[in-house]
Amino acid sequence: MGQNRYQSWGRYPKAEQNALKMFWRHEPIPSSDEASGNILPFGNGRSYGDCCLNDGGTLIDTCSLDRFIQFDAEQGLLRCEAGVLLSDIVELVVPRGWFLPVTPATRYVTIGGAVANDIHGKNHHRSGTFGCHVSAFELLRSDGSRMLCSEIENPEWFSATIGGLGLTGVITWVEILLKPIMSPHVLEETIRFANLDEFFSISEESDTTFEYTVAWIDCTAKGERLGRGLFRRANHGAASLRGRRSTKYTAIALPLVPSALLVNRLTLRAVNSLYYRNQIRARRTRTKHFESFFYPLDAIGRWNRMYGPRGFLQYQCVLPHSDGATALREMLEAVAASGLGSFLAVLKIFGDKESPGLMSFPRPGVTLALDFPNKPRAMELLDRLDEITRSAGGAVYPAKDARMSRESYQAYFPQWEEFSRFIDPRCSSSFWRRVTGPAE
Amino acid sequence: MIVGASSAIAEATARLFAVDGDRLFLVGRDSARLEAIADDLRVRGAAQVATTVMDATDYDQHAGVLEKAIAEMDGLDTVLIAHGVMPDQAVTEQSVEAARAVIETNLFSVVSLLTLVANYMEQQREGLIAVISSVAGDRGRKSNYTYGSSKAAVSAFLQGLRNRLQTVGVHVVTIKPGYVDTPMTARFADKNFLYAQPAKIAKGIRRAIDRKRNVVYLPSFWRPIMFVARALPESLFKRLNF
Repeated sequence: MGQNRYQSWGRYPKAEQNALKMFWRHEPIPSSDEASGNILPFGNGRSYGDCCLNDGGTLIDTCSLDRFIQFDAEQGLLRCEAGVLLSDIVELVVPRGWFLPVTPATRYVTIGGAVANDIHGKNHHRSGTFGCHVSAFELLRSDGSRMLCSEIENPEWFSATIGGLGLTGVITWVEILLKPIMSPHVLEETIRFANLDEFFSISEESDTTFEYTVAWIDCTAKGERLGRGLFRRANHGAASLRGRRSTKYTAIALPLVPSALLVNRLTLRAVNSLYYRNQIRARRTRTKHFESFFYPLDAIGRWNRMYGPRGFLQYQCVLPHSDGATALREMLEAVAASGLGSFLAVLKIFGDKESPGLMSFPRPGVTLALDFPNKPRAMELLDRLDEITRSAGGAVYPAKDARMSRESYQAYFPQWEEFSRFIDPRCSSSFWRRVTGPAE
Repeated sequence: MIVGASSAIAEATARLFAVDGDRLFLVGRDSARLEAIADDLRVRGAAQVATTVMDATDYDQHAGVLEKAIAEMDGLDTVLIAHGVMPDQAVTEQSVEAARAVIETNLFSVVSLLTLVANYMEQQREGLIAVISSVAGDRGRKSNYTYGSSKAAVSAFLQGLRNRLQTVGVHVVTIKPGYVDTPMTARFADKNFLYAQPAKIAKGIRRAIDRKRNVVYLPSFWRPIMFVARALPESLFKRLNF
């Protein structure tokens, strides 16, 4: 694996750092002579930008903290070490009738990373963030002290660590409350919508009756078609679906980084239009195995390589309800006009369930996620999008960011100074230095 | 029974048995580590997991530990011996003590355990013994011949044991992993493509046990590599630099 393992999913920026593996949860944070500088816990490197990187410092690799500790199959309470992947949890609990209370679009993240980034999923409007379902965890500080954190014990540390980007210390184990399911299948309905107004009305109608809602939009479309796309909504299947054959797929992986960029104006146009027209009917209902519903991209291992050696940029923002629609329209117009486009433009309404996390990203409103090849023009576009987000009173998701300015970050997360009190004196990250360090 | 149960390869192998609902008796040096693994194996589906702390070079403990395992598990059908140390070669060249410690752990303790286990299984006329040796035992080379010679002796011992026990229906599996990404090799900074993950090695061990193989190289590409390494004439091999 070597150094290659220690990069972020966006493959930008690159960082030079030491890495030390932590093998046992009850033993001290590993150290070595070369790795005497600051440290940052590292999970599976699925955050996109630099919040999982520590240029010039050391990463504490937690991938070997991959043991389960306790599973109460009656109550759905699971305790496991921080490096356990959500894929391992799903494999263990689904056959016993449980599911993750919140899951992102990839199951290859560690549970420690899920807490540290306070991740969200397609059920945010119902269930809030991952942190809402964490009952307890242990925090190991660099001075060797350990804290059991929950809403009752060390609540301020509980709050700071959920969404705390690994800066408060090493999470050694996490306990979560799972969600009961009757079947490994979901009933999914896909509805085509012609523009943003339709998106908002379908969303409003769906969020009360569907547990999972998300929309894909064609961000190359302009004018009257602005914001056209496909709305997906789903509920877990009933017991009668049990025993249906799953649509198992084998994962294929992009074997190497193509030297020529596969993502350009032509492919974007083609893919976006084809995807939109893929569904001829206005409405389609399907029973899907949970894997193909929740984790379609996991079927293509290392899809991040398609953006070539320079990597790519993700942009996910949330725009509060008040100005959301207007700001969103402005944003999509800017994206469409730039011609940069995005394969994976995702739109979703966040609910108002509050996370216990002090630095949590989601807040009530509409969230938009885009990805761009890493080019100077994309950087300019994203700065423009930041202006829109800021004036709408929104925020950008640190787990996906590699470039927002110090000013933007501090406007999105004004509580950052309060949070700083909880940062472990030895912990730091490339991201944190970029958004709070002294101006260059 | 798994001896050296907190080694990365042994732990990964134990998980495969746990998923099948097996009963496991874990032996290792550190009780906190053993308990962490035991909890994990229980969650993964092991029907029963018991642990015992043992220092491999404390030979007087061996018989007692084996008895305890037989009592707690109501007999033993499979034994995996997975403990071992990989020393810094340069240190063992300067210190007889250090070299001897390697031979004690990697060879003498294994011989002691195997002798007891073999006699028990010979008596019950069934069972399987799997031992983790190493490709390093196939040919000595300057970068790790202390370790390599301890493993070479283990491999030879297993050949003889297999020969002896086959008449009574007891099978012996020699496992020869190549480079594996484990705490034992953590100090080697640059892990090249030859390094395998413990989970992959574990699958190979599981398959070798299920299929009663005699000698397995893991991953299997090491078999032709070591065939060539063994075939090279000494007059040439001694000049090589690796």
